[in-house]
Amino acid sequence: MPEGAPWLVALAGQQNAGKSTLFNMLTGLQQHIANYPGVTVDKKSGSYPADGQRYEVVDLPGCYSLAAFSLEERVARAFLLEDRPDVVVNVIDATNLRRSLPLTFQLLEMGFKVVIALNMMDAAERRGLEIDIAHLERRLCVPVIPVVGRKGKGEAELRAAIAKAATTDHVTPATLNYGALEEDVARFQGKLAAEPALQDVSARWLSVKLLESDSEAEALLGTRLPNPHGILDEVYTARKTFEKRHGLSSGDHVSYCRDRHAAAIIEASITDTKAGQVPVSERIDRVLLNRFAAPIFLMATVWAIYQLSIVQGYELTKVTWPFLAGFRNFAAGILPDAGFLTDPQIRSLGLWIVDSINTLLNYVPIFLILFALIAILEDSGYMARIAFILDRILHRFGLHGQSTLPFILAGVFAGGCAVPGVMATKGIPDARARLATILTVPFMNCMAKIPLYTLLINIYFPETKGLMLFYLSTITVVVAMLVAKLLTSSVLRNEETAPFVMELPSYHLPTIPGVLRRSFDRTWLYIKKVGTVVVAIAVVIYVLLQFPGVPAARQVAYHAEAEAAIAQFYEALEGNPHRLAVEDPARLIDLINVQSAYRAARLNAGGKEAVQAMDADLAEAHPDFVPFVLRGRDADAKAANQALRTLTNQRTTLRREMRSDRIEASFLGHIGRGLEPVTQFADFDWKINIALLASFAARESAVSTLGVLFDQDDGENRSLEDRMGAQQSSEGRTAVSAVALMLFFALYPPCLATVIMVRVQTASTGWMMFSIIFPTLLGLTVASAVYSGATALGLTGLQTMSTVWFAALGLLLVVALPKPWLPDLLAGRSREPAQ
Amino acid sequence: MMNRAFFQAMGLGRGRCRGDGKGRRKGYRCHEACCKGRDDTNLNDIAPGEACTICRLHGRGSVRQRLLDLGFQPGREVKMVRNAPLHDPIELQLGDSFIVLRRREAAHIEVTHA
Ligand SMILES: Nc1nc2c(ncn2[C@@H]2O[C@H](COP(=O)(O)OP(=O)(O)O)[C@@H](O)[C@H]2O)c(=O)[nH]1
Ligand SMILES: [Mg+2]
Repeated sequence: MPEGAPWLVALAGQQNAGKSTLFNMLTGLQQHIANYPGVTVDKKSGSYPADGQRYEVVDLPGCYSLAAFSLEERVARAFLLEDRPDVVVNVIDATNLRRSLPLTFQLLEMGFKVVIALNMMDAAERRGLEIDIAHLERRLCVPVIPVVGRKGKGEAELRAAIAKAATTDHVTPATLNYGALEEDVARFQGKLAAEPALQDVSARWLSVKLLESDSEAEALLGTRLPNPHGILDEVYTARKTFEKRHGLSSGDHVSYCRDRHAAAIIEASITDTKAGQVPVSERIDRVLLNRFAAPIFLMATVWAIYQLSIVQGYELTKVTWPFLAGFRNFAAGILPDAGFLTDPQIRSLGLWIVDSINTLLNYVPIFLILFALIAILEDSGYMARIAFILDRILHRFGLHGQSTLPFILAGVFAGGCAVPGVMATKGIPDARARLATILTVPFMNCMAKIPLYTLLINIYFPETKGLMLFYLSTITVVVAMLVAKLLTSSVLRNEETAPFVMELPSYHLPTIPGVLRRSFDRTWLYIKKVGTVVVAIAVVIYVLLQFPGVPAARQVAYHAEAEAAIAQFYEALEGNPHRLAVEDPARLIDLINVQSAYRAARLNAGGKEAVQAMDADLAEAHPDFVPFVLRGRDADAKAANQALRTLTNQRTTLRREMRSDRIEASFLGHIGRGLEPVTQFADFDWKINIALLASFAARESAVSTLGVLFDQDDGENRSLEDRMGAQQSSEGRTAVSAVALMLFFALYPPCLATVIMVRVQTASTGWMMFSIIFPTLLGLTVASAVYSGATALGLTGLQTMSTVWFAALGLLLVVALPKPWLPDLLAGRSREPAQ
Repeated sequence: MMNRAFFQAMGLGRGRCRGDGKGRRKGYRCHEACCKGRDDTNLNDIAPGEACTICRLHGRGSVRQRLLDLGFQPGREVKMVRNAPLHDPIELQLGDSFIVLRRREAAHIEVTHA
């Protein structure tokens, strides 16, 4: 090792042994998360200095052994074989030594310098386990360092042991004797050791792997040796002979030997002072997993999460919103000033981007709370219990017990976000169920779907708001289940599945730093991943909405109207002494801008003092504008104020009309019109098409785009509900159209940020495209069928929605419940594919 | 017992019995080739609270490997701790650890009553 090159240290161990905790302890904040090449498994690496040397640490994915069966194990094994770490820190949960030691034996067999970090010593102590560390060290011939990762106990000792192991020459560790198979193992070990092409691989390990029928070991032999068949044939014969003689496959025998050896070591090194006592976790589970109490407790938990994160988080956004609004005002201040009719392009684009970012940041408080609560659920161990309780139901639909968390994050009831939901599918070990989860999570009601529902429900269902919201929030879950079933029995049928085999961790009290860290990490990831995409897409949508712009003829008309309005303004000020301030037309534009900045700031100002301070500032900066902006007392000031009000109202109206014209003439407008022949069956006109297209970038924008499109000419301050309701009904739209629209929106493809996350999590552009196309077709079909059907039958909106809801529920029950009338035909199918 | 009948009627309970009329209490059977015609006791036949000893593991591939890794080795004693509220999966105690599996996987584990 050349001086200065860092030592490579790998942390290996089982799921939940505390690898990540120790990783954080060793590296502090110096860490970097990426994916292993080609797969979506996290590769966490970081480094720390000690005695002038750097130690580069890699947190390997959790594995029980180094067999080639699961993705995590394959990744861990490939890393160990290819990157040859200088030291392997084997992290072991001290309360679970027996199951951990087989991995240790394999690491030793592979010829690594191993340091054992015996973690969770606190828990072992509480369990009443007395562990003879010296004895363990003697039996395993490696240093065993007791640590408590959560409290940082044993950190210095662990670092010292790593440094010592890295610098000492390799010592041959004690090897495990394979009894009846030992002769074969030794024979092949000798043969393999003699192969020059295999010098970098431990011969003993490879010999055992071959006898275990490990397919990757055979493949390794195939790639390294010019003619592997001789050895492979001998291995096959040896395996067969062994099986015939002992009635047990050699692989099972190897596994059995490791287990026996582990048991023997533990027998001699651990004293259980509380043997026979029921562990605390089990005592808790007797209550929490009780057949009748479990569902109640689960519902209570989900309800608490919903209340704390969505409801309380929403309250918190009211506190944080003024900061975001202040940020917008600040941006508006530094961007070039607005014109009378049209603004500089850079100003419009800048504000458009700030608005997009603000909608995103507005959810941050909710996410912080939500992710902290989820981290508590995970760390405490209850999340695993949720999977245990719900697996039966989810499995019916091709999903997995661990699909629960993604669905909760995405907003099972109302208010979540599909981005963290899709992110959280990482832990699902079953590839088919994982894909099905990724593809159905976006059906949940994310927070951005709610405003459109609220808008339409307020217009069309003012009397039955609660019921409609209930229908909408539950039907998405029903549809997600049905779609999951459909996908897993069609396109996903041949994906790899895995059994549901999971260890129930003991209950832990989550630590505050741990929870906060996870919450901040995940929120930050959301901001980073989504933020960049949202900005990029915001620009694209902006261009699509702005260009080619208002038609020239209309533009001339608008300018004429604007000039008339300005002339009228000056006329009204005839003889008014305040007119002097705006004699120059350029000053008039300044005045208008000063007034709108003042108004925006005032909306955001809290309390009387703040307003007074603003007034004072205004008087200082623009004394001659004061009579126009602030309501004065004398007649001249009143008239000036009135004239400006009239003018700005006219300006607002003109600008709004222009915007509407611009959108209609825009590229997106053309697309929206072009889609009318298809969407007419669902009764979507071009305006709604545009809103839906724009909402693909970010759901929030659906309502704001509709707001622009349904502007009224009169400029009076009617709410969007009124405007849209009046205009829509004059065009013959009914509540049934609204139901069709809401159903489409519920089933609509995930927003772009989610789509990007789907791409990241599936590592496949094909699935990303599928996640866009399939829901679009589904939504359009459902919306068209519902609209046409309900119109033909003459149903009201509420009747339509109720019918759809009960139909979906009926379908769900038909799918979920057993079908004795279906012959056993399917019994042989849908088995996991042969290994 | 009533519960079991209820869940079975709902289709939420054990898998379809093949009704071989032997009159023994039988649970979920593995229908795969490796286990066809097997008529021994497996983990599904154990009631909550009962313990038993593992004789053999059937099945193959990753399921089997994972079970072995988790410590389902012949000769070890397992205790059936409880059913999930909907009867499947089940929770087992193996030494110091508590492990959850679906009945379909549990059917691969042949046991004898301790
Ligand atoms: N009681 C106790 N809990 C620990 C200790 N170290 C880690 N944990 C907890 O064990 C759980 C799993 O740890 P983690 O580092 O995520 O394990 P990984 O899956 O191996 O990366 C977390 O909830 C930790 O807070 C420890 O020394 N004592
Ligand atoms: Mg980890």
